[in-house]
Amino acid sequence: MSAPKLSKMPILELQNVGKAYQIDSQNLQILKGINLEVKKGDFIAIMGPSGSGKSTLMNIIGCLDTPTSGKVIFENHDVSKLSETELAQIRNQKVGFVFQTFNLIPRTTALANVELPLIYKGLPATERTVLAKKVLEQFGLGPRISHFPNQLSGGEQQRVAISRALVTQPLIILADEPTGNLDSKTGEEIIKIFQDLNKAGNTVILVTHDKDIADQAKKIIKIHDGQIVGNI
Amino acid sequence: MDKLLETFKLTIITLRANKLRSLLTMLGIIIGVSSVILLISIGSGLKSYITGQLQGLGSNSLYVVPGNLELKPGGGGSGGTAILKFTVAHYRELTQKGTTFQAVMGYSENNGTVSYAGKSKTLQVAGVGYQYPEVRNQYPIQGTFFNATQQEAGKKVIVLGKTVADDLFGNEDPMGKKITLSDNKFTVLGVLEKKGAFGSVDMDNQVFIPFTTAMTTFDVDKIQSFWIEAKDTVSIDQAKAEIKKILLRTLKQDDFSVLDTGSIITVISQVLGVLTIALAGIAAISLIVGGIGIMNIMLVSVTERTKEIGLRKAVGATPKIIMIQFLIESTVISVAGGIIGIILGVGGSLAMKSFLPTSVSFWSILLAFSVSVIIGVVFGVMPAARAARLNPIQALRYE
Repeated sequence: MSAPKLSKMPILELQNVGKAYQIDSQNLQILKGINLEVKKGDFIAIMGPSGSGKSTLMNIIGCLDTPTSGKVIFENHDVSKLSETELAQIRNQKVGFVFQTFNLIPRTTALANVELPLIYKGLPATERTVLAKKVLEQFGLGPRISHFPNQLSGGEQQRVAISRALVTQPLIILADEPTGNLDSKTGEEIIKIFQDLNKAGNTVILVTHDKDIADQAKKIIKIHDGQIVGNI
Repeated sequence: MDKLLETFKLTIITLRANKLRSLLTMLGIIIGVSSVILLISIGSGLKSYITGQLQGLGSNSLYVVPGNLELKPGGGGSGGTAILKFTVAHYRELTQKGTTFQAVMGYSENNGTVSYAGKSKTLQVAGVGYQYPEVRNQYPIQGTFFNATQQEAGKKVIVLGKTVADDLFGNEDPMGKKITLSDNKFTVLGVLEKKGAFGSVDMDNQVFIPFTTAMTTFDVDKIQSFWIEAKDTVSIDQAKAEIKKILLRTLKQDDFSVLDTGSIITVISQVLGVLTIALAGIAAISLIVGGIGIMNIMLVSVTERTKEIGLRKAVGATPKIIMIQFLIESTVISVAGGIIGIILGVGGSLAMKSFLPTSVSFWSILLAFSVSVIIGVVFGVMPAARAARLNPIQALRYE
């Protein structure tokens, strides 16, 4: 899809990133000296046991959190010192989140859920609906657009969530245990979606503790005690 | 702008999803706004009604009443003991020496029972002067009023209010008939034209006799009060001064007070104004209680929707837009409550119109509306700020 020259350039770079929490005068170092490069078209799985710091790493990559040391460079811009409002704008335009618990807003339709990031982007209503519908139809949810989350199956809900992540055409799709709440068959379907998205040129980062799922990615980063211990 | 519209739509969805809760939250505002509007409309309606009625009595009218109850704007009189001290001698002095009066009447009110041909009625018996029809601008539709000579002689003559004439005589002609009042026979001279009700008092359900006759009939040697009509060419204050000058020769300062329509109107307006504000103020307390209710429910709502707030932040909502979302929600609740309250308040005062002279003022609606907007914003700020400050990571993890 994109020129091979471009794909060599990292879209996201973590330089010696550390994260520490101060709890009861105790300094808790969650992440230490993380160096990571994400290039366009990458499919990376971040693996590690709970408490390893993989969630914190994912939050920093997704600009939900800022590091206490080191730099996070998003398309040549250091985002590690940005304000909350500026980070919100980066999340809105450059990151697409997919969560374990889907996190759809109840009381609003599948379509409205997918439109949500576009509202914050400031797109006019008609344009939003067109874009959201297109993505939903792409995942076979065309007949489901006016259904509410509680009228959808787990797999459908996660596909709505993926549509929401994709609708802004983000630089990176970040999925945190996206199959954790699904049965294995549906889980496989969802992983297949991520693979297809990657094949179409999207950059996907998957956080998981499941080896079988991690194996589906092109690259696995193992994390333990806040440090990268394996890079396959 | 588009974001605001979307947020507004979402608010409506949220509130509709929690209909009962939204309604209960609004209740404080509804009650507060409607009672403020209702009380203000009763107060101002009453004020304009009473003022109108008093003005109908004529701006040249002066009332000399016993005791010191000089009504002064901004401060009441000392009250004093109202012992009757006016005599016929005072009446003569006022009539003969007064140069600024066009009419002096003795005036008394007593309850009595009139009866004719087996029918009887208990009503107000007004002892008045022969000038009453001109002063009150109410003339006989039948027969005549009594004259100065009949008053002077204390004749047992009576003029009936329209209601009394209808009740006692029906289709029979009352002219010249003898009716009984307190064991005395009175000759009916005439029937007065209809005047309507003054508040709850039917002004046509009374009878009129000379005040001199009233003294003998009700066995009193004092006149209750004087009703004096000043000449059009002099000021009320001049007439007032002259009344005082004449009466002070034989009476003490504290024995009597001279009231005029203007000062009565001023005092009544003031009293009603203060009363209205005080009552509306008490009702307004429920607006504050309502505001606290909104704040409470908004805090619950923020907690309930912690995860949703986290998700919104993850997909790009800035703290400002989250703040605005919750502020819109609290404002919509209180404004909706305000609008329902306005409808109930206005409807209530219209419904009361049949027995209370209410008048809904535009400014009270405007006031109620702006107060409900302000309450929504003020009591929404704290919960909204809490939502805006939520850490997205912790919010997303919230169960």
